[in-house]
Amino acid sequence: MNLTESTLVELRDAIAAKKLSATEATRSYLDRIEKHNRSLNAYHELYADRALERAAQVDAGTVTGPLAGVPIAIKDNLCTQFGHTTCSSKMLENFQAPYTATAVRKLEEAGAVILGKTILDEFAMGSSTENSSFGPARNPWDTGRVPGGSSGGSAVAMAADLCAGALGSDTGGSIRQPAALCGVVGLKPTYGRVSRWGLVAFASSLDQIGPFGRTVADAALLLQVIAGHDPLDSTSADVPVPDYLGELDRPIDGLRLGIARQYLTDSNDPAMAKAIDDAIGIYKDAGATIVDVDLPHTEYGIPTYYIVATAECSSNLARYDGVHYGHRTSQADDLIDLYSRSRAEGFGDEVKRRIMLGTYALSSGYYDAYYLRALRVRRLIKQDFDAAFDKATGGCDAIVCPTTTGPAFKFGQMTDDPLQMYLNDVYTVNANLAGIPGISLPAGFAQVSNGVTNRLPLGIQLFAPVFDEARLLRIARVFERATDLHVQRPSLQLSA
Amino acid sequence: MPQKITDDQVRHVAKLSRLRLTDDEVRHFAHQLSAVLEYFSKLNELDVEGVEPMAHAMDVTNVLRADDPKHGMNVETVLANAPDRSPPFFKVPKVLGDASGA
Repeated sequence: MNLTESTLVELRDAIAAKKLSATEATRSYLDRIEKHNRSLNAYHELYADRALERAAQVDAGTVTGPLAGVPIAIKDNLCTQFGHTTCSSKMLENFQAPYTATAVRKLEEAGAVILGKTILDEFAMGSSTENSSFGPARNPWDTGRVPGGSSGGSAVAMAADLCAGALGSDTGGSIRQPAALCGVVGLKPTYGRVSRWGLVAFASSLDQIGPFGRTVADAALLLQVIAGHDPLDSTSADVPVPDYLGELDRPIDGLRLGIARQYLTDSNDPAMAKAIDDAIGIYKDAGATIVDVDLPHTEYGIPTYYIVATAECSSNLARYDGVHYGHRTSQADDLIDLYSRSRAEGFGDEVKRRIMLGTYALSSGYYDAYYLRALRVRRLIKQDFDAAFDKATGGCDAIVCPTTTGPAFKFGQMTDDPLQMYLNDVYTVNANLAGIPGISLPAGFAQVSNGVTNRLPLGIQLFAPVFDEARLLRIARVFERATDLHVQRPSLQLSA
Repeated sequence: MPQKITDDQVRHVAKLSRLRLTDDEVRHFAHQLSAVLEYFSKLNELDVEGVEPMAHAMDVTNVLRADDPKHGMNVETVLANAPDRSPPFFKVPKVLGDASGA
């Protein structure tokens, strides 16, 4: 078996058993990145020397832990004291963070080897990585198509075997949507499950860090390491972290899985409808009961999300002032001019649009009509999930639904129409608004014909009540075990 | 149909947002933001009377820690990314006009 095609758990076990050195593993990934990153643009920055040094420490036995020697990719909106943290923005092109994000620190304390930082939509705002200031990442299944976003670089690195595991962040689907479009596993944990310390803030009430994995077990192991309370993030939850891997293979018979008609719409690709049917069949065979659940406010998720997220973004991004860090204009008349020019030069169009939308929604005369109304509808959306998960009234343990309506789209297809781009997130945003965990799994292929490939991956998604990742992962594992979708890989073309 | 947000409103919001825009950008954004705001008005279909606003997914109240002094970042670290500095200060262009006496 090809080393870089191992699962994270296999790789970890091989290194622990000394069947493979961490140095050999790290070199294999670095070689593969060298070959393919030019065409895929998954990584913005690599830490080859540092990674090999860390790997040597693992091999010498001075670095140990549950991830000892495992090569990992990090989304470039997670602060690291080494290298740059750019958020794929010109604004932070030269920014060197003074501290390391808790999630990254925990990975390193567990022995992981950080390979590099991956491309995202600028400040995690987008669904395609086309908003990156350093070029988009490219979908390994068809490099003429987007990988999804905003954690597109991490999803590409995962799908193209340019890492053994990766971290992303998910504010409205930014882990799950690219995972689906690239054919890998992506998990958004419960809000508060993972510390946000060191995650560059976009929308603080929605942002959450989570893992990408080749398999459900890989995602479970990464979550195990990064989860837990952190005194540095007062919104991180002080609740126990279960043994996710230990619980992974417990049977699911007797569990109730919900299907919501609001997610089974005519806009879904025919292959998506089949994927959902397949999942229903697999879960019935595993002894689960399928029930209908009603999520009546689903269609209000996009406007609610884009008001809440942009309002929070307009406030969070006020810190980029050209004074403390980040880009500064070379020609300013006075302080206000310094701010306005630095921000105009440093931010891309989508970030500007969102700052302005949020500022508008919060401004005098519009606050009640937009922001306050959105917060009320957010409550209704959360109440939909509360009712769906209420076992006393016939509710379910988890909900099965599509991650997206269809497969990856072509570059440029939506860049002139922000609203159409926002509508991509129709099935993912509500989990963020409600704070519940969601996972996307490789679930099938859409048929396409364009000369490059005849198939593109699709993902299905599972939602569970807050802090119920253990059950979510167990249910995900049942689907994975019944399919061979997670071992399917794109055939990569070497760029000239 | 009139645009949901006018060029002048975009100029105002851009000013509040500290974003310098060209006239072309103002027109472009006014057009795009109007489409998005038009879509946002979908929320008006719902009766939200009496629904408690939800600003946060978790019921988090103030989290307090013991009032023990701890070391912060040193000045050198804090200033390391500053575009311009004069330790221990961040340096910015002149804020006030010459006639202010500053």
